[in-house]
Amino acid sequence: MNRNREIFVNGYKSGIPIGLGYFAVAFSLGIAARSYGFSAAQGFLASLLTYASAGQYMGFALYATNAALIELVLLTFIINARYILMGFALNQRMPEGTALHTRLLVSSCITDEIFGITIARPGVPTPFFTFGALIAAVPLWALGTALGISMGNILPLRVVSALSVALFGMFIAVIVPPSRKDKAVGLAVLTSFALSFAFSNLPLISNLSEGNRTIILTIMISAVFAALAPRTGESGDGLSDAQSSGGDSHE
Amino acid sequence: MSNNIYIYILVMALSTWFMRVAASLVMKKPISNRFLQSFLYYVPYVTLAVMTFPAIIEATQSPVAGAAALAAGIAAAWYGADLFRVAVICCLTVFVLESFIV
Repeated sequence: MNRNREIFVNGYKSGIPIGLGYFAVAFSLGIAARSYGFSAAQGFLASLLTYASAGQYMGFALYATNAALIELVLLTFIINARYILMGFALNQRMPEGTALHTRLLVSSCITDEIFGITIARPGVPTPFFTFGALIAAVPLWALGTALGISMGNILPLRVVSALSVALFGMFIAVIVPPSRKDKAVGLAVLTSFALSFAFSNLPLISNLSEGNRTIILTIMISAVFAALAPRTGESGDGLSDAQSSGGDSHE
Repeated sequence: MSNNIYIYILVMALSTWFMRVAASLVMKKPISNRFLQSFLYYVPYVTLAVMTFPAIIEATQSPVAGAAALAAGIAAAWYGADLFRVAVICCLTVFVLESFIV
């Protein structure tokens, strides 16, 4: 038990710098959430329960367009598809016979960053570590969202404008390093930029909701690249580590 | 709004959680279908790229500042800046440029 407590404290400490990063980004999410009609309490609740940046941003935007719940579910699935990969990677490290509740508890803590530190930690993933990190990081995420919503409007317009790109900066930080390592990913990203731009400007197509455009483009582009440039297995970044450890075994 | 916001939040949270635990529910052996594996590999990057552009140039007061933030963010991430630094660099780019433009 003391050992588990030690692991928990360890996870908590690792989660603090993550939480500080979350706080800043969540502030920008809060500014967006406010414009989509969320109160500070609602934003706090959404961030506390969801703790997923890109998915929440899209969810808030969908709420504002009064999208159907089924559209929300589908888009949340698509946008967070990487969590499935991360879930596979974490499970791959847990020995056969690991209790289902242990698997569920570990994978319930998945965020890009918590997945990163969990995978980076040697040994079998344990819920004590992942919950330690989650409990440190997620309240800061929720607090940042609430403050972004409540203070976004008292900040000068120029500051709001500057902060509103923080979230996109975070997305860029996720997509660029693998694009550098893997030409196919880089090409997929450039194709996505180009087609997304085209889709938001072309007549007729631009009438689709932002959410629908994202679903259509994601499925289309990912399927074409999966067919033309199938993954062979190994590359350096976290996501393809998730991929390759889904395919190889690391016993 | 015909959607109750709390139901909306709950549905968003539950669907996100489901993505996290989906693998734990089915994991007996790794995915072996190569197309599916490849498809899932590209999905996160494509989704985030589609969501980033052109939205980033529409989020700022001046589209030029948004475009510059995109370029600066890509350059910073390319040369190894972490998530937090890239976000800060994008914000600073917009703030400095809009002090002149707007």
